[in-house]
Amino acid sequence: MKKDIFKIDKKVLKSRLIVGTGKYKNLDETAKAIEASGADMVTVAVRRVNISDKKKPLLMDYVNPKKIIYLPNTAGCFNSKDALRTLRLAREIGGWKMVKLEILGDKKTLYPDMIETLKTTQVLVKEGFKVLVYCTDDPIHAKKLEDMGASAIMPLAAPIGSGLGIHNKLNISIIIKQSKVPVIIDAGIGTASDATIAMEMGCDGVLINSAIALAKNPINMAEAFKHAVISGRKSFLSGRMKKNSFAVASSPSEGVIS
Amino acid sequence: MAKIQINGKKVVIKQNFTLQDVLKKYKLNKKKVAIELNGKILPQNEYKKKALKNNDKIEIVQFIGGG
Repeated sequence: MKKDIFKIDKKVLKSRLIVGTGKYKNLDETAKAIEASGADMVTVAVRRVNISDKKKPLLMDYVNPKKIIYLPNTAGCFNSKDALRTLRLAREIGGWKMVKLEILGDKKTLYPDMIETLKTTQVLVKEGFKVLVYCTDDPIHAKKLEDMGASAIMPLAAPIGSGLGIHNKLNISIIIKQSKVPVIIDAGIGTASDATIAMEMGCDGVLINSAIALAKNPINMAEAFKHAVISGRKSFLSGRMKKNSFAVASSPSEGVIS
Repeated sequence: MAKIQINGKKVVIKQNFTLQDVLKKYKLNKKKVAIELNGKILPQNEYKKKALKNNDKIEIVQFIGGG
């Protein structure tokens, strides 16, 4: 079988599982979960430094950006201006050009605002960013993002942090079929089997945060996701058997004792 | 003396205090942060020569855990 390579823009990733670094109990648990997940790319948020607490531990001291690729995100941004400001600052911290754009339309659903998202993608691409875009599962918007130069399309499976699994399989399959850039499920995955389903459908990767961080044992769950993603991908590449409406015996009927 | 704002907080600094001095005061590593001065991002190599003046607004950001 041909070697299965996962590439976003020109970056080759070992793992098809990308993990978020939010919501963990502490930074030690974050680091251990990342290690157990086998992910080589993690999303990170950009926030103000706490100047009143000089001893506050830093993410960079626990998760080495030289070993694990940081994917700065725009979580918490509700418009283009804030998202651009955030990513330009992120680029300044370490020269990262690969970023995750996420512009939210509403606090209750955290659903993507596609008008702001499309507009911002265009600006970021022009500025040389490699943009992975959190988006709705609308195939037309996904296509527009790809045409604009997005490096990956990241439709939601269900609302952020909901853990509900893939809700619109039809749309996700259309997006997978039409896209030439990687399609990565972002948001809404609840448990390891959801990730397997996404990968079996032909997604190129999945991005998981809450489902790992909020599990009773996040480190074990991270490992479960690692295997779930590998399993789903292998299954997809192997080509599943045909579905039959009636039973088809597994043992030969010839030579049955009579 | 100059009155400035860092991450929304009012701070009083000495005359000719630079951005590099600010980083030192708060024990911050310049490789782990990015700085905006009055809405404009400043490249790291300018921290040393950038003396701050009254009413300057600084934002210092870093990476934290996020999804």
